[in-house]
Amino acid sequence: MFELKHEMLRKLAREFAERELEPIAADAEKNGGYPKELQKKAAECGFGGITIPKEYGGAGGDYKSLAIVVEEFCKKDAAASSMLMSNSLSGAPYLYYGTEEQKQKYLKPMVLGETIGAFALTEPGAGSDSAATQTTCLWDEEQGCYILNGRKCFITMGPVCDYAVVFAKSDLQAKGTRGISAFIVEAGWEGFSRGKAEEKMGMHASVTSDLIFNNVKVPKENLLGEEGQGFKIAMGILDAGRVTVAAQGLGIAAGCLDLAVRYSKERVQFGRPICKLQDVAFKLADMATEVQAARLLVYDVADKLDKHEKVTMQAAMAKYKAGETCNTVAYKALQIHGGYGYMQDYAIERMTRAARLVSIYEGTSEIQKLVISGNLLK
Amino acid sequence: MKILVCVKQVPNTNEVKINPKTGTLIRDGVESILNPDDDNALEAALQIKDANEGTTVTVISMGPPQAAEALRECLAKGADDAVLLSSRAFGGADTWATSNTIAGAIKKIADYDLIFAGRQAIDGDTAQVGPQIAERLGIPQVTYVEEILKCEGGRLTVKRQLEDGYEIIEIPTPCLLTAVKELNTPRYMSVKGIYEACGKEITVWNEHDIVVKPDEIGINASPTKVFRSFTPEPKGKGMLIQGTPREAAAKVIEELEKKHIL
Repeated sequence: MFELKHEMLRKLAREFAERELEPIAADAEKNGGYPKELQKKAAECGFGGITIPKEYGGAGGDYKSLAIVVEEFCKKDAAASSMLMSNSLSGAPYLYYGTEEQKQKYLKPMVLGETIGAFALTEPGAGSDSAATQTTCLWDEEQGCYILNGRKCFITMGPVCDYAVVFAKSDLQAKGTRGISAFIVEAGWEGFSRGKAEEKMGMHASVTSDLIFNNVKVPKENLLGEEGQGFKIAMGILDAGRVTVAAQGLGIAAGCLDLAVRYSKERVQFGRPICKLQDVAFKLADMATEVQAARLLVYDVADKLDKHEKVTMQAAMAKYKAGETCNTVAYKALQIHGGYGYMQDYAIERMTRAARLVSIYEGTSEIQKLVISGNLLK
Repeated sequence: MKILVCVKQVPNTNEVKINPKTGTLIRDGVESILNPDDDNALEAALQIKDANEGTTVTVISMGPPQAAEALRECLAKGADDAVLLSSRAFGGADTWATSNTIAGAIKKIADYDLIFAGRQAIDGDTAQVGPQIAERLGIPQVTYVEEILKCEGGRLTVKRQLEDGYEIIEIPTPCLLTAVKELNTPRYMSVKGIYEACGKEITVWNEHDIVVKPDEIGINASPTKVFRSFTPEPKGKGMLIQGTPREAAAKVIEELEKKHIL
């Protein structure tokens, strides 16, 4: 499945994670962000747009490449992957539905690391249930533009984004998700504001907030795709998004396993390293097996995505499995660390909190089971 | 400007152990890497390329087919093309035969302004191949280059590292420079660079493709003969002397006298 380019990419991503992410991960978690240079360094390496075509500054790569980079980053620092890859994810709507002008104006600078984009779908009352969207963006004939009103929540990069793709109802008569459209909204426009940065359980270095729209004037050319296409746009990029989040879960799990193996060889109790205790050794064996199972699911679905196969069920399976695996592996890895693992000086403490997000966002494990069973029972 | 960079693929010596019985390196499972000083040499060439439009960078390596990996890494960092010198006839070469081989390839390339090499490779640590190539080509050289101050009009001004200071040297092209790690910070490969590098052909030359005599290459042309290499026996455990300074000093003198050192 893997070619030479994938092996080289893994080497690059691993070197970058070891030299640039691992040394600053603990500080970034405490400070709630990364030094500005990091995004620039990452963009120079081309991590900003792996799957984005060359004409928009990307590398024109495949999803296996993206999954590899996400896995290697997450072994050292999950929050960094979230920040560095967010442009890959929020770039997709522009790529698939944007006009040439929109791609040049918004997508290219994101890929080059000059701007930060966000993807604003979730609302206080509309999480998994997009049809419950309350935000409106209605055409105003008199002013010759759309008027956007509402509030989005839990928006990754919300506190720092330069613009966002916002999903809002543009037709109040249409039922369910049919009246939803997607708009590109710039942070500098009048009426655009942000909520306070959320204090999350983990992933502190990847910032999150509400986005608030109060009579924001959105010009016609900032409609993304066609009116009423919003739900299709959101769902269309969900499969690829789930594969990426599954790769995060895989990376966190693999990173926790690495930490546990290393610690168990170093920690001496009762006169020998604790890895010599069968219970610890068997825990490691279980963890490694689970990691490998998740890895096969993740790269299998990434490969199918690259072959343009329909992957909705497989993506849900990979996301479900990797999301649960990183939590069980993190739990066992922390258990092996004993009391030290509960201390913030040890990376396993941060990784355990990061893992908790993976089984929740981009569709909870329960939503993934809904997707999987829905496909089975069709 | 045409720049050539000589590189070597080496075992990552941080992980290498020597088999105490055979005296040879245990290479099983040891990752191969681009020699670190050669990475600095490549970076210096790429920086000149970045600053001077029309500059090309060609990397050259001698080694088994798998050394192509190191060359491909150089391509992914921005080198334009790569030449691998690979043949059974080159096997077992010491630094003399190696520099003959590489110089033979450079004679074949013929058209160049500047050659970079790393100071030394982390597996052999001889620091001989770069200087010997310059000798074989009959061009001037500066070793231990830690800074390039000027590069224009067919002349370079470089800072050469010494143990207790430095020299500023002006040198005409064509010439050969060997790089130390203080020269620069090597760049990463890039995602785009990797994709492009994987689509490029690496030129492979054997002894018939280069300008060299058969008796100048390989093990037979190598004056260095290694009869045995070994890891020194670890020293015995030291003795820990405790007590007040006066008692401890007395004990030290007693022990040294016992050994007839005092």
